[in-house]
Amino acid sequence: MPSDTAPVENAPGDTGPPEPNHVLEFPGGYTRSVGPVIGRFFSELRDGRLVGVRTADGRVLVPPSEYDPQTGEDVTDEFVEVGPVGTVTTWSWVAHPAKEHPLDRPFAWALIRPDGADTALLHALDLGIFEEGAKPPKFLRTGMRVRPRWRAERTGGIGDIECFQPEVTMINAPTRLEYRLKGGQALRRFLEGMSEGRILGHRCPVCESVIVPMKGLCPRDGVPTTEEVELPDTGTVTTFAVNNIPDPRAPEVPFVSAYVLLDGAGLTMLTLVAGIPADQVRMGMRVKAAWRPREEWERTMGNIKWFEPIDEPDVPFEEIKDFM
Amino acid sequence: MPRPVAVVAFAQTEHSGEDRGMAEIEILAPVITEIKERTGQKQFGFTCSGSCDYLAGAPFAFVSALDAIGAWPPISESHVEMDAAWALYEAWVKLQHGDIDTALVYGFGKSSQGNLRAVLTQQLDPYHLAPLGIDAVSLAALQARAYMERSGAKEDDLRAVAARSREAGHGNPFALHLPAPEGDDYDVAPLRPYDVAPVTDGAAAIVLAAGDRARELCERPAWITGIDHRTEPHAPGVRDLSRSDSARVAGEKAGATGIEVAELHAQYTHEELILREALGLGEDTVVNPSGGPLSANPMMAAGLIRIGEAAARVHDGSASRVLGHASSGPCLQQNLVCVLSGENHG
Ligand SMILES: [Zn+2]
Repeated sequence: MPSDTAPVENAPGDTGPPEPNHVLEFPGGYTRSVGPVIGRFFSELRDGRLVGVRTADGRVLVPPSEYDPQTGEDVTDEFVEVGPVGTVTTWSWVAHPAKEHPLDRPFAWALIRPDGADTALLHALDLGIFEEGAKPPKFLRTGMRVRPRWRAERTGGIGDIECFQPEVTMINAPTRLEYRLKGGQALRRFLEGMSEGRILGHRCPVCESVIVPMKGLCPRDGVPTTEEVELPDTGTVTTFAVNNIPDPRAPEVPFVSAYVLLDGAGLTMLTLVAGIPADQVRMGMRVKAAWRPREEWERTMGNIKWFEPIDEPDVPFEEIKDFM
Repeated sequence: MPRPVAVVAFAQTEHSGEDRGMAEIEILAPVITEIKERTGQKQFGFTCSGSCDYLAGAPFAFVSALDAIGAWPPISESHVEMDAAWALYEAWVKLQHGDIDTALVYGFGKSSQGNLRAVLTQQLDPYHLAPLGIDAVSLAALQARAYMERSGAKEDDLRAVAARSREAGHGNPFALHLPAPEGDDYDVAPLRPYDVAPVTDGAAAIVLAAGDRARELCERPAWITGIDHRTEPHAPGVRDLSRSDSARVAGEKAGATGIEVAELHAQYTHEELILREALGLGEDTVVNPSGGPLSANPMMAAGLIRIGEAAARVHDGSASRVLGHASSGPCLQQNLVCVLSGENHG
């Protein structure tokens, strides 16, 4: 029976939603018999199983009903275990849960067709922790695979499923290995040069091109190289890429990584290009190394922060096309 | 051949988006008074009403509304616990029996005094749906997404429906006058606040009359040339939510072709798009010139108002073939289509 109290006006100056002065409630709940079909569904739910009922034409209805919604005919008495994994057929996203809702943080409602069923079950879908008012997460979509989270204490009702959750499709496994690397003789000599502000290369005894940074051999001819050559810190951009993913070594996003052909070199070096908007970098652009302050120099390529444009005409494509 | 029956009078309240401190019966009574005066009738052969006890939170709340119509000496009376469009259908059936010539139909609802979304949860299946606490807007949003994914419609298409409805509502003295849609926040995604009909208090009444009685009571009666209602399974998971088969069949049975003006009981923007498709309404049909439920949605009267607004276009001579539609249940589960014509019948 409804419980009733006399209407009460809100006090003067009282803002906000008025308190209810009338409540309709059936204390202890409303007792309903469920019958053999819904009863079987709830009994199986209590045991942690999801079942549907087969219709005369072989379809499986979940949740089961006493009749085929298409024909109105009685269903068979064959109950079929389905799911528990299912597919979301449509969903809505509740950014501000109401007190009547099953979750107190943003969640989705979804129609879920369990594997092996021909109809869908409505339930709440928990996608993790979101702040009140959050927009629907990008990974929530029709077709998503989900499975029930069962309540530990089950009583035989739709609430025995606390909610559904996405299938596990990804894991995150931390990885870390430790090394003690040595760079080899040629690299050691190159970095020694860098620590003095010099860019060193090797001239190949066969093709006479200068390889920088040197490797102790010529990649073109496959012969050892030993003749050291110091190169200027100016060069030409041969090709480049605009990067939109942040990198701790880059000044800002977007940044440009480029192959620079140092003047007199026979191979390009991979480096950063800065000091110019990313969309103005071009092939053939003349650049010069931007060195860190001398007191910061170490035995590292990082002594050159990046290359910056210099006020010289671009090099024609014909002259750099063989160095791409 | 059904007996010719027409809508001969229609009255409604100036609807309110907030509690004006009037009881349901106080909202209803002036509308009954007005429609009696307009038709010059104090008595009707049959009276039928639509309302919902859960809106007032009291059992048999509709009984007290009978005081507004004067139920003594005893009258022939009935009630449906749903939108009064279905009360109109019952009255139409009663008129088909041939023993009465007039019927009064009314509906009323005061949604502002409770939590409408939670109230509507109580109309759901008590085994699988109501215990979850799912509300009407969340259910509608499931349908909106299903429709958009099937049809390719975008959220901007929904917004356009809201904009047009609210704009039209400004020309309707009985509607709420709502601002143009704005904002990007969702209510229940993919629906935004303006995609959802406003909470509204109000009432409406219609008088039906048969044959010569209709011609006596109204200069241009709006003859009911077809009326039909269909329902689909209650469980949303067994239906194709992106379509409304029940609206389609009801429209076909009611002969909904050549419609100039359609008043659709679309309580969410996507419902209008689903209903247009189901009823085969093209660009040349004017939809919801009253602003529709998106401009004023008094529960249990809004469907009846659609029939009344459609009939009013026939009464004033601005259209000769119109359609009133009402819906009930979650996700357009049940649909009623009433086709009205100004052509002389009977
Ligand atoms: Zn060589």
